[in-house]
Amino acid sequence: MSSRAFFDTERISPNTFAYILMVPAALVMFGVVIYPFFYNVLLSFSNMSLRHFKDWHIIGFRQYGEVFSEKIFYSVFFKTLVWTFVNIFFHVTIGVALAIILNRKLFGKGAIRTLLILPWAIPQVIVALTWRSMFNYEYGAINLFIAQYFHMTPIQWLGKPLEAFSACIITNIWLGFPFMMTIALGGLQSIPRELYEAADIDGATGWQKFWTVTAPLLRPVMIPAITLGIIWTFNNVNIIWLVSNGGEPSDQTHILVSYVYKAAFNLYRYGYAAALSMVIFAILLIFSLFFLNRTRASEAAY
Amino acid sequence: MKSEVKRLALNGVKGQKSKSQIVNLKSKISNLILYFLLLGFTLVVLYPIINVFSISLRPSDRLLSTSLRVIPADASFHSYKVLFTQTPFIHWFFNSVIIAVVVTLTGVALASTAGYAFSRFDFYGKKSAMVGLLVTQMFPPTMLLLPMYIMLLKLHLINSYLGIIVIYTSTALPFCVWQMKGYYDTIPFSLEEAARIDGSTRWGAFTKVVLPLAAPALVITALFSFMTAWAEYVVAAQVLQDTSLFTLPLGLKQFESSMSTEWGLYAAGSLIISIPAVALFLFLSRWLISGLTLGSVKG
Repeated sequence: MSSRAFFDTERISPNTFAYILMVPAALVMFGVVIYPFFYNVLLSFSNMSLRHFKDWHIIGFRQYGEVFSEKIFYSVFFKTLVWTFVNIFFHVTIGVALAIILNRKLFGKGAIRTLLILPWAIPQVIVALTWRSMFNYEYGAINLFIAQYFHMTPIQWLGKPLEAFSACIITNIWLGFPFMMTIALGGLQSIPRELYEAADIDGATGWQKFWTVTAPLLRPVMIPAITLGIIWTFNNVNIIWLVSNGGEPSDQTHILVSYVYKAAFNLYRYGYAAALSMVIFAILLIFSLFFLNRTRASEAAY
Repeated sequence: MKSEVKRLALNGVKGQKSKSQIVNLKSKISNLILYFLLLGFTLVVLYPIINVFSISLRPSDRLLSTSLRVIPADASFHSYKVLFTQTPFIHWFFNSVIIAVVVTLTGVALASTAGYAFSRFDFYGKKSAMVGLLVTQMFPPTMLLLPMYIMLLKLHLINSYLGIIVIYTSTALPFCVWQMKGYYDTIPFSLEEAARIDGSTRWGAFTKVVLPLAAPALVITALFSFMTAWAEYVVAAQVLQDTSLFTLPLGLKQFESSMSTEWGLYAAGSLIISIPAVALFLFLSRWLISGLTLGSVKG
């Protein structure tokens, strides 16, 4: 029994075996990714909404026209770019810096590393709701803290657009750097010690060693992680939605994905939301192709 | 550190300050600064957790305290008691466990087989399928959620676990397949050939030789699927609207909405929800670095 599989894999060609292994995943992907994707394309050309749920029909590109003609699209898009850039910048700098420190011989290194991974381990919903409570005007820990130790007047974190947006960004930086740190640590461990010793003999300073040895050798590990990080951050509804409670104050803190989530599920503008989803997808696709191409080109230069 | 300074000072008096000692002292000072930086960061990371813990211990008449003490005056486990006895918390917990376990098992089964096919065999459509998986990562969450939601509405599957389990599995699957494929690529093909010469079937070579070696990647896949499902809010909020089907995050959000009265319940609940996720994560974190980097570098 033990050497016998539940189906005879000897009588079939390797290709057939490969297809059999693929079937379960492919079926699931077809049902929940490919089919819904084309349904979404269809929706984006329709006028479906709560009012036209059963009697919807195709209206061509009108929803796309609406997406691009509304002024709010451009301001939300701009905020999305700021959100993505600021987050990734801090994730990578903090992550790499901590990884470099942790890569030295330090007392209690393992414990500190474990503690620093915690923000990644805690479910995002809880991170978001907890930071929201810490940003509370009267009772939140942050205002209490700055009042007690810095004697500053409390800040209306969640009541004003800029402050609320900053609150979302602070939360997301807090939860995002451990991913980059972990990736960078893995990359650092694979850099041979001899390279640093050689640099020492040449009399390189720590800063020079970072730019000539560490940075170029970390690049191939960090580039895929950064690409993924940018896509994940661009597409992260959780933090904005839960920290600012659905875009409060008055829809001033939205990024594209939280805006489209609201259009779909709070305003029931199904056709419009489907069209906007397509636009967001196109933006990310173009960005990724561009970014991956450029980094590949510069990698060849090394 | 102190003796170092003293020795250096003595040497200075003698007029034979050696260069290596200065370098040594400099590196010790920079080590110390880095250490403080590291500890500072650790504190920033820990503070929100400490804050939630402290709120969960507040007695119910002092939830809205403005004190920054970690252990509040007359701390009590009142919130935990209420959470377990007077709210449907245990019920929500059970719901979340069912969903997360099913999603994890399906995710591991599907990703381990599909990843193996991608790694070992050349077949028609392989390249485009791999790229297709990558492209799905660029879908905004609403891209699939909205059509699925409308489909579920039309099929009257809103408020069922089947719908949500399928959505969660598909969210985690592309990343898991890539990650499994990347790991299989690092396992030499000669191992399976040897097993086949010894009379093992293709399926046998896969399950008895390759799968055990791919344990780290399987663990990452399981962890990733579990984390996707365990405390997800955005999808659940649309698909599960019946309170009796609520998962933990939905219940928690309900507490959070009435912060002044149920802040303690929120804090206690979120700690309890985080514990399984964090424990699992930390327990597996030694696999995490090797699994993730191998997958991403070779992928």
